[in-house]
Amino acid sequence: MSSRLNIDLPGLTLKNPIMPASGCFGFGREYSQFYDLSKLGAIMIKATTVEPRFGNPTPRVAETSAGMLNAIGLQNPGLEKVISNELPWLSQFDVPIIANVAGSVEEDYVEVARSISKAPNVHALELNISCPNVKTGGIAFGTIPEVARQLTRKVKEVSEVPVYVKLSPNVTNIVEMAKAVEAGGADGLTMINTLVGMRLDLKTGKPILANITGGLSGPAIKPVALRMIYEVSQAVSIPIIGMGGIESAEDVIEFFYAGASAVAVGTANFVDPFVCPSIIEELPSLLDQLGYEHISECRGRSWKKDEQLAYHRA
Amino acid sequence: MIKKELCKIISQKEIAEDIFQLTVEADFVHEIKAPGQFVHIRVDKSFDPLLRRPISISSVDSMNSQFTMIYRKEGKGTTLLSEKGPGMLLDILGPLGNGFPVNEVSEGETALLVGGGIGVPPLYELSKQLIAKGIKVVHVLGFQTESAVFYEKEFLENGETYITTVDGSYGSRGFVTDVIKDLEFDCLYTCGPTPMLKAIEKGYGHKKLFLSLEERMGCGVGACFACVCKSSSDSNDVSYKKVCSDGPVFRAGEVLI
Repeated sequence: MSSRLNIDLPGLTLKNPIMPASGCFGFGREYSQFYDLSKLGAIMIKATTVEPRFGNPTPRVAETSAGMLNAIGLQNPGLEKVISNELPWLSQFDVPIIANVAGSVEEDYVEVARSISKAPNVHALELNISCPNVKTGGIAFGTIPEVARQLTRKVKEVSEVPVYVKLSPNVTNIVEMAKAVEAGGADGLTMINTLVGMRLDLKTGKPILANITGGLSGPAIKPVALRMIYEVSQAVSIPIIGMGGIESAEDVIEFFYAGASAVAVGTANFVDPFVCPSIIEELPSLLDQLGYEHISECRGRSWKKDEQLAYHRA
Repeated sequence: MIKKELCKIISQKEIAEDIFQLTVEADFVHEIKAPGQFVHIRVDKSFDPLLRRPISISSVDSMNSQFTMIYRKEGKGTTLLSEKGPGMLLDILGPLGNGFPVNEVSEGETALLVGGGIGVPPLYELSKQLIAKGIKVVHVLGFQTESAVFYEKEFLENGETYITTVDGSYGSRGFVTDVIKDLEFDCLYTCGPTPMLKAIEKGYGHKKLFLSLEERMGCGVGACFACVCKSSSDSNDVSYKKVCSDGPVFRAGEVLI
């Protein structure tokens, strides 16, 4: 374990700032075949709703240059099973869990948050107000600042652990959204969720995804994520877990420069199941190459003034 | 155990129109448990295409640590793959999924293997393994047209083989189901397009039947929930199976096709 990578965030003592993003790692079982999950900084588990959900019809994925569209539709076994099966199984690993909380109406979010935040290995919640693939809830909470603030406040009231709110990029002004959830009591932000997009079948002329539209992820969205983190990190005082197309140690540093305090890796897990441990392993030598002692020195370099940075390089 | 390995290409050739046969060397050959399993190939280091390509294993040569795949050149990924030559390295994840159960038939019994188009390849290794167990194997292979036909000779060496083409340009005209209705068998194994699987399940679901499904995949290991199918017709029942990790081979009735 490298002490050059540890990061402390509300509720989270991370041995390194790398974690798989929600929805791209299930509940960890599949990837535990490949490596020891204790190597990870944290794990963002798949979105959990009160009731079990099947999700959308297939096809649920479509590819595009440097990215993929997905419309899974929050498939999950439901709150009860996540608490009784998945979280206890994950407790064999020395890794904090961030539970992604989803729902259709306010009461759903509150119910999931109240119960799941009691699990001993859940150290933080990620409030999913930004899933683009469900008809109700999700995105509606993620596009109207006042609604997002309200929901955050309600969830904060019942949660026993810090609450991070996952922001949608599908808004006119993401800074306004970030400020609203900060005012609602959010302890941190995770951003960005996927961008709404679509693909059409050349032969039939119809959408490839059964859901018609899906969420775009992968390297294609990295510049959008960086721009939004750059803007939001200067406007709020709560930390940001950055995500959106990260697939290398270099990408991680770029997200820190933009203003992230930790990062999540999503789609890249599908391309290379070993991507998270590989990045963790590569980071120290990249820090050497760039002349940093600790990864936190990279945070916000894109906008911090020289005098703020001076002590880091002394 | 699933491995990620850089595999050396031994050979690649076009065996029918846009149909390629690719043989690679891999240590994980010894992890292959059953015919019908597949691998997930990253065809290029770039991000275009981004995802891996799931391709079924068509035959295994444990002695030489090699295995062969047969795929159709169709999109960007398989076109790039078709341009690779001997000696080049391919990033392959495998073996994945659960294959055809060969122990469902006993010596002296007859197995009917029914393939459609690019669903034919995994049946070849299955055929080899069944023959080795002393099982009589009958093949019914359907293709669109004469130029798409492949492996007729290879299957013939293992047993009776019927070829059908939709346009009648080779073998008998029509669909595989037109041929099956006249055949006797103890167990049916099939892989091919969904309409074909549906027709076979409808006609022979009461018999011992195993179907290999195809679905667009993300991760290939069961984490992303892209390739799920329902396992109950009750709309309130959310039970499901993942084609990549629970399948791709299912017993008839296990999933809704």
